[in-house]
Amino acid sequence: MKTFYLSAAIAAAVVLGGGTTSQAGKANDTLIFATETDLENIDAYYNSARVGVIVARHVWDNLLYRDPSDFSYKPALATSYKWIDDVTLEFDLRQGVEFHNGEAFTADDVVYTLNFISNPENKVVSKRNGAWIKNAEKVDEFKVRINLKEPFPAALDFLAGPLPIYPNEYYAEVGPDGMNKQPIGTGPYKITAVEQGKSIKFERNENYYKDSPKGQPKIGNMEMRTIPDDNTAAAELLTGGIDWLWQVTKDQAAFLENEPKLDVVGGETMRIGFLSMDALGRGGDHPLKDARVRKAVAHAINRQGITESLMPAGSRPVHAACYPKQFGCTDDVQKYAYDPDKAKELLAEAGYPDGFIVVLDAYRDRDLAEAMISDLRAVGIIADLSYNKYAAAREKVRTGQTILNFSTWGSYSINDASAITSNFFRGGPDDMAGDTEVAEMLEQADTTVDSELRKKLYSEALMKISDQAYWLPLFTYSYLYAFNSDLNFEPTADEIPRFFNSSWK
Amino acid sequence: MFRYALKRLGLAILVMVTVSIISFALVRASGDIAIAVAGEGATNADIEAIRHEYGFDRPLVIQYLDWASDIAVGNFGQSLFFKRPVIEVLFDRMPVTLMLGFISLGFAMLLAIPLGTAAALRPNSIIDRLCLGIAVLGQATPSFWFALLMILVFGVMWRILPVSGTETWKHFVLPVVVLGYYVIPAIMRLTRAGMIEVLEADYIRTAKAKGLNIGTVVFKHGLRNAIIPVVSLLAVQLGFMLGGSVVVETIFSINGVGHLALVSIERSDFPMIQGIVLILAILYILLTLFADLLNGWLDPRIRVS
Repeated sequence: MKTFYLSAAIAAAVVLGGGTTSQAGKANDTLIFATETDLENIDAYYNSARVGVIVARHVWDNLLYRDPSDFSYKPALATSYKWIDDVTLEFDLRQGVEFHNGEAFTADDVVYTLNFISNPENKVVSKRNGAWIKNAEKVDEFKVRINLKEPFPAALDFLAGPLPIYPNEYYAEVGPDGMNKQPIGTGPYKITAVEQGKSIKFERNENYYKDSPKGQPKIGNMEMRTIPDDNTAAAELLTGGIDWLWQVTKDQAAFLENEPKLDVVGGETMRIGFLSMDALGRGGDHPLKDARVRKAVAHAINRQGITESLMPAGSRPVHAACYPKQFGCTDDVQKYAYDPDKAKELLAEAGYPDGFIVVLDAYRDRDLAEAMISDLRAVGIIADLSYNKYAAAREKVRTGQTILNFSTWGSYSINDASAITSNFFRGGPDDMAGDTEVAEMLEQADTTVDSELRKKLYSEALMKISDQAYWLPLFTYSYLYAFNSDLNFEPTADEIPRFFNSSWK
Repeated sequence: MFRYALKRLGLAILVMVTVSIISFALVRASGDIAIAVAGEGATNADIEAIRHEYGFDRPLVIQYLDWASDIAVGNFGQSLFFKRPVIEVLFDRMPVTLMLGFISLGFAMLLAIPLGTAAALRPNSIIDRLCLGIAVLGQATPSFWFALLMILVFGVMWRILPVSGTETWKHFVLPVVVLGYYVIPAIMRLTRAGMIEVLEADYIRTAKAKGLNIGTVVFKHGLRNAIIPVVSLLAVQLGFMLGGSVVVETIFSINGVGHLALVSIERSDFPMIQGIVLILAILYILLTLFADLLNGWLDPRIRVS
């Protein structure tokens, strides 16, 4: 149905061409981008939506900026940093920066923000963002220290990511509610109007500080519009009502690509898909407790084929239990090639020459799950799909009711292997392997600041995960973006569009 | 009449209580709310904390009674997503939904009543067949598909109407047509049936025999009597439309209660879901009650039986 609609839509658009354009586009220097969801609160500490991250990166700045091309940390509101010891970070701050309301940026802003969000009483939505901070203290007007509760190597990534700096006086006065109504930051764009659930309007910050690693914003005005239905959004894009759309489905993309006034590009993200298996046997006695059977599953699934035919451009198969560019991630692990015969051999060896029946749990991408089911069937494993909402699927994992689970993980865009391996293999509630040796290695890796030692430990842990086939890492997820061909836009792996780097052609 | 009204009112209250129990139970049956509220990165400790904070660890009956007693004094609780009172968010979103509902109903009446009358005047004629066709199509076409078709034709092909948002009156044209079309068949068929029955009545023959012109006969004597059941149907149809707005508001990006219902389900914002279901149910029950009373008032036979 969707295919029919879009093919007809494109055909019509191509035939008729031209058409009326609303206020979007190059002529009005206004970039209108559509997102599917609205925000409960624009205040970055009180929403957990991906859309909120986009807004945050445009309105606020962080102490550091993570360059999306090589994941290096560039000075932003801080001009330099150093580790005093394992649990103390010191920052020199930039001088002469102003918030949108004219308030001057100083150490007080940093101290206030970090102490506010790390205080559990303030109930920020994502507690882990500030949970590692003991406190922040002012050394002088432009120097601060952050004291950590324990060694936490991913600290810089958090400071460059989900921890924007707020103006202390303004925030103390208005709080999260006021920040939602009139957000104030130091970022490249100011928010001029907010209509909850409908749109947020931005205007270029003409006073943006010169040496920002984000560069100077080029587009004058922006509007973020909430369009929940993807077909409606595609129709708006076709008719020039909006300029930019993401998370375009593969079949939509096939048609949008034919429209000469639109560009469609794919961009890999940090999200990876994986099959986790109940090696620990929490789900009772079953064949997957046997490593040979898990390896058979790994050999049975044609990851390359699924990636090529079902995933958008930019996706690729992965072999280790992490996103390849994350710190500590390595591809140098046991790889399981697609080999149904080998799978059958392993099954026979394990005592299941005729296969067995198992339930495959999944919460998204039904088509991918079904492709895997048919691959499994080819070697004799009959997998019944149990398709649930995310919360229900996760509950099954945590209560040990899942044996074979297809899931995904985006690492909250944290460029460190700890954001994924430690969640699933350090003995926490999502740990289906229960390997104490791996858990110990990861614990040590997560709390050491020695980079070389960390790399070595993650590598060893990942090798064991792969040797034992606790997980079958599947593929990276790629997003498709469709936008006005007048627009320069580059997707990035952290799934955060950076319109301050965009410009009109 | 008073006893009849009292009976209807009692029934309406019972229905409301039942709806509140069902909406409460369904939300609880959809999975562990604490996990849903906690989100992707939550640890077991976070989830336990949330379970305790929101009182999910208490017996269901206690949770329900707690909620119901709050409702009884007008407190619908806080939205988990917006962190604002449910009733406040509802009041923000209700006007556009009601406006869409009323305009759509007006549009449907404007089209359905004349068409139904025309069909009744010439049963089995081309116009009657055409009306039957419209009715069958209207009842068989899912509104999301019809909405997409409208967007395709008027938005993308001809580019004469905007396809999303609520900025100008033009933005309302497509949603109103889609939502209105949804209820046209029922109104049209009832008008037609009523008219056919009335037109065969003795007093119509008398009116014709008196030499009154056909317009006066049809509209003054015929339609006024045929329309009585339609009036009470309209109230119920408005209730249907509030339900239909879930699809229409989502497709046309209208920020009303219908769309709010959908996203609240996706977000497991259970106080919001319960609030919406209950408020819409109450509205629907009130409309039905109103229709019942109106019917009883218009037609004494009903209130006696």
